[in-house]
Amino acid sequence: MTRIQSPAALEEIRKDILAHRDPQKPCIILCSGSACLASRSKEVAESLEAEIEKQGLTAAVDIKKTGCHGFCERGPIMIILPEDICYVQIVPEDIPEIISRTIKEKQVIERLLYTDPATGEKITYESDIPFYKHQERLVFGANRRIDPKNIEDYLAIGGYSALPKALSQMTPEQVLGEVKKANLRGRGGGGFPAGRKWEECRNAPGDIKYVIVNADEGDPGAYKDRSLLEGNPHLILEGLMIGGYAIGAHQGYIYVRQEYPLAVDNVTIAIKQAEQYGLLGNNILGSGFDFTVKVHKGAGAFVSGESSALMTALEGRVGEPRPKYIHTAIKGVWDRPSDLNNVETWANVPLIINNGADWFTGMGTEGSKGTKIFSLVGKINNTGLVEVPMGVTLRDIIFTIGGGIPKEKKFKAVQTGGPSGGCLPEERLDTQVDFDELTNAGSMMGSGGMIIMDEDTCMVDVARYFLEFLTGESCGKCVPCREGIRQMLKILTNITRGKGKEGDIELLEEMAEVLKTAALCALGRTAPNPVLSTIHYFKDEYEAHIREKKCPAYSCKELIAYYIDPEKCQACMLCAKKCPVDAISGGKNLIHIIDQETCTKCETCYDACPPRFKAIRKISGEPVPPPVPEEARTITRRSKKDE
Amino acid sequence: MDDSRLEQIIDTHQSTADSLIQILLDIQAENRWLPKEALERVSEKLQVPLSRVQHAATFYKAFSVVPKGRHEIHVCMGTACHVRGAPRLLDSIQDLVGIKPGETDSELKFSLETVNCLGCCALGPVIEVDGTYHGKMVPAQTGEILKNYE
Repeated sequence: MTRIQSPAALEEIRKDILAHRDPQKPCIILCSGSACLASRSKEVAESLEAEIEKQGLTAAVDIKKTGCHGFCERGPIMIILPEDICYVQIVPEDIPEIISRTIKEKQVIERLLYTDPATGEKITYESDIPFYKHQERLVFGANRRIDPKNIEDYLAIGGYSALPKALSQMTPEQVLGEVKKANLRGRGGGGFPAGRKWEECRNAPGDIKYVIVNADEGDPGAYKDRSLLEGNPHLILEGLMIGGYAIGAHQGYIYVRQEYPLAVDNVTIAIKQAEQYGLLGNNILGSGFDFTVKVHKGAGAFVSGESSALMTALEGRVGEPRPKYIHTAIKGVWDRPSDLNNVETWANVPLIINNGADWFTGMGTEGSKGTKIFSLVGKINNTGLVEVPMGVTLRDIIFTIGGGIPKEKKFKAVQTGGPSGGCLPEERLDTQVDFDELTNAGSMMGSGGMIIMDEDTCMVDVARYFLEFLTGESCGKCVPCREGIRQMLKILTNITRGKGKEGDIELLEEMAEVLKTAALCALGRTAPNPVLSTIHYFKDEYEAHIREKKCPAYSCKELIAYYIDPEKCQACMLCAKKCPVDAISGGKNLIHIIDQETCTKCETCYDACPPRFKAIRKISGEPVPPPVPEEARTITRRSKKDE
Repeated sequence: MDDSRLEQIIDTHQSTADSLIQILLDIQAENRWLPKEALERVSEKLQVPLSRVQHAATFYKAFSVVPKGRHEIHVCMGTACHVRGAPRLLDSIQDLVGIKPGETDSELKFSLETVNCLGCCALGPVIEVDGTYHGKMVPAQTGEILKNYE
């Protein structure tokens, strides 16, 4: 590949790529993102390749292995073009039938289609599936159309058209002006206007400046940045280059977690391809603009996602934060002006340049424009990545797109913002997805984790969980964070173990205030949020733990017991056989009894008891009834006829 | 890891101090832990004090300064897995293998680690053993899976 010298030459190449592609040629698209790979997508791909060869269709059918499509609940997902048929939960054994019936005979295989759980209706096309239908997939939607390892796919869908537009038709000031006008706010959590950060960095003194992609996505339960970087790396690169041009930076970094090996691979390949095409390097598209990009792998530290810590890590030192009296936009990596934005923020830049700020601000609310991607996970029917316009309510995301709560359980809370965010209850479900609205409600936008909790989730335990996470991730540099989180965790652990005492809640609130005020970086300053929001909305649960030694969600191990109801037990032996510690006594026709001393509360018996008996129940806050006396243990079995 | 391979890794990164973490990551990936001799060599070659190398080697989760077991079990403790019962799963695995997260058993068979999110939340609660994912786990299934490893 010779380097492309001008925007016109790039358009020629794009035309040439499109001319060699036949939109009517059958193409099998297989989601090969990390989540689908965990669901055997790789085996499906192998069997697909083998079967196509076996049936002599190698020249007649294309296979495209793409990044994440988002509907992880039903992965691996397959789409068949040109008809656009969508099959879900494909296993390798399905492949021969797909090739013979769908590819050769053009028939739809009913059993592989998505079934709407509400209506029982089979849905043929992705766009009709409720999970997709109510989304606005502007940033994320391209994932399903491209092989992330092939730059031609990105060019074919109009990729790298914003870059030449910026370089040849706009001055850096105009690019900056457009991003400012779009009011693009940081998608990493804080929501700081990207344009203002760019401007500060652009105006900072110094010739050498850096632009950085923050792909150190560490929030437990969030994986949208990974899926973007894995599935559409050129989009991120293009955004970064445009940012570099506007700011006056010639070096970009991509800081990505080493735990995301596929993202590291795909973005590394993308950089190499962009260099070969002349989209990176010196004198890009004949514009005189030089730009290079390096990938830096993070070695696993949540705090390294904080801007100053990340920049320290880029210098090869331990990624600890530092005070930011001077913004990193002025003194960042090696004390040079450095602009850091989240993956999703960069991904929005080419869209804004292509379509204009007015188009972008046409979506969303007063203060939050465009769309936002969330990983919708936890106790939710449709786990996956969703992209919605700002302003959509939490209720719409959870119930219309997410399909509600599984097993007919009751919704309890939605957690956004990861360890820095909060939990919102039912009465806040009409809160709009908006940076300021979510903060006002006591949570935050965060980097896109949206974890759904049902009646079985203990809110005190959720607060404890986040603090436990943060004690492990606090770098220990400042005392309020190192000691404060640890002491708050101790109190919360005591509460969940039935050792809470009066005054604990007030003490937690007091310590939270100190942390919020005195911690060095955002990790510490926002650490109390999960505690404060759960105290605010679920104080009764805290009080039940402290006063009645009761876990209302029957979740805290130390506060619950498993009990076999002698009236319901049918002495089927299932639970007794499965108990890993042999805590269940009983035999044929003998009512089973759990030895409370031996029981480790692993819940195996609870899961094992057939639903038609439902003989095992959880008890909390009250004593376990004494075991049935020996003479009353024998039961007269109901005969099969009676059932 | 032999010395020449170690030198090779350091050289691919042009022996510059800013690539310290990248070099350690490469050594960890190949050798599965960071022996003291390797850290000393890195310190010498990069002209970075050994204390700083040690700081990095013990700060990040990706690094281990002790040998790892033949099989690595990663239990996902992400929020989605947590609310779906990961703590109970972890308890049952700890009982089975007799070690706590961060530890390796004396026969070097298993190393047990918790991770903060494997990013396949639809499969939660999920564990990963030597790169293979096992999703929608309940405590009773762990024995069945782990007995396949020698």
